[in-house]
Amino acid sequence: MSKDGSELNPDSSELTLDGLGIPMWLTLEMTYRCPLQCPWCSNPLDFDKFKNELSTEEWKKVLVDGRKMGALQLGFTGGEPMLRDDIEELVAYAEDLGYYTNLITSGVGLTPERLQALKDAGLKQIQLSVQAASKDLSLKLVGVDVFDQKMEVFEDIKSQGFPMVLNIPICKQNIGETRQMLEMAERLEVEYIEFANVQYYNWALLNREEFLPSIEELRAAEEVVKEFRDRLGNKMQIYFVIPDYYEDRPKACMNGWGAIHLTIGPDGAALPCQEARVIKGLEFPNVRDNPLDWIWNESPVFNAYRGDSWMKDPCKSCDEKENDHGGCRCQAYLLTGDAANTDPVCSKSPMHDVIESCVSNIASPHRVEKPLVFRKKGAITTDFLDV
Amino acid sequence: MAETITADDVVELSSMYLLRWEEPQQAHILLYPEGVVKLNETGAEILKYCDGTRTAEKIITELNELYTTDVSKSVYKFLEVSYVKGWIRIKS
Repeated sequence: MSKDGSELNPDSSELTLDGLGIPMWLTLEMTYRCPLQCPWCSNPLDFDKFKNELSTEEWKKVLVDGRKMGALQLGFTGGEPMLRDDIEELVAYAEDLGYYTNLITSGVGLTPERLQALKDAGLKQIQLSVQAASKDLSLKLVGVDVFDQKMEVFEDIKSQGFPMVLNIPICKQNIGETRQMLEMAERLEVEYIEFANVQYYNWALLNREEFLPSIEELRAAEEVVKEFRDRLGNKMQIYFVIPDYYEDRPKACMNGWGAIHLTIGPDGAALPCQEARVIKGLEFPNVRDNPLDWIWNESPVFNAYRGDSWMKDPCKSCDEKENDHGGCRCQAYLLTGDAANTDPVCSKSPMHDVIESCVSNIASPHRVEKPLVFRKKGAITTDFLDV
Repeated sequence: MAETITADDVVELSSMYLLRWEEPQQAHILLYPEGVVKLNETGAEILKYCDGTRTAEKIITELNELYTTDVSKSVYKFLEVSYVKGWIRIKS
């Protein structure tokens, strides 16, 4: 499964990227509010400070403007998007405009009545997050007792006939349940299952050493995935990628900065990706103040790391820069202090040792386990973010 | 599950896929959960024929007529790839 814009080359049947400079993927973070406390949450550490959410009418304007620019895939996410009471209305509006609508949800608040309303509104698919195959582990990982509720929603979604993606954030604590989760997905005839290895930004970065599985654990899980793939063929697409910490080359994050992805935060801030707020010093343009096409085409933020003219060595002179665009800007910023540096995951990065030392730390028999930091207000002080 | 498509199989677009013309891209596109594929002209033409009424053989015959040249091999290959990717399925 590729989260990208792809073009089919009829001769080789290979997929190559071609967004034609269009923000084909539009992600709407409807709110940062969420009933769950997942310790890998991608929302900002100071999520509670964003209270000024866009109104229904303001979101509609984003939808109209995005579609004019050629946006196709639309994700309603959060936080928990179902905490907003206008999702049904916005889905119907987006469907009329010609978007392919996706709802990315924890399932909490997704009652049969609301599911029916979403179906009537034309919603195309639902991505439901499940964190464990058992109630106990689920509670341990998300901080609230929602497992039974999720399982009910899981069945409701299927009985409504929605295509669904089951999204499972993978970490050391749940990787051992890979088989049980695949069995659950098979039983409920899920079309897609995505084992999303936790990526280390924001809350996940705080908990990184507790979360990062060992390479042995990852290979074992991969074996289980292979077994199911061989048996089920294209009945169920299983997406599983090992964390970039174990790769030699970085991921082609977002297919490049400002290439095909546009995210709008709850407060209207336009972001090249959902994590981009971690990069300090960037002033994100807001849809309340600026036209969307200016934001995408002209704004300093969206041009800051677009293309490759911003690159430094080793990326600048690297013959692989077209493949990975230098990796992830947020990861480069968080781990090396400069977003224009090579993503330190790359073995050519002069700072690659920050990755190597993390991997060797987690393998150390002397490592002291720490409690997980759960995503909630006051879990950590975020005053430093205001400086 | 069948590994490949045979001549007698009636094929159709899988339920979660949406094929349509997209003006800004000047192309047919295939939309599905978490993905977009931009199709070239022939690819889109082939998928339009996967409407749940035609067998693979019939699609090939009709496209041969349409293009007045033997496109059997490339059409079959495209159907196979589409099937493996889950874009089309065999109607039961």
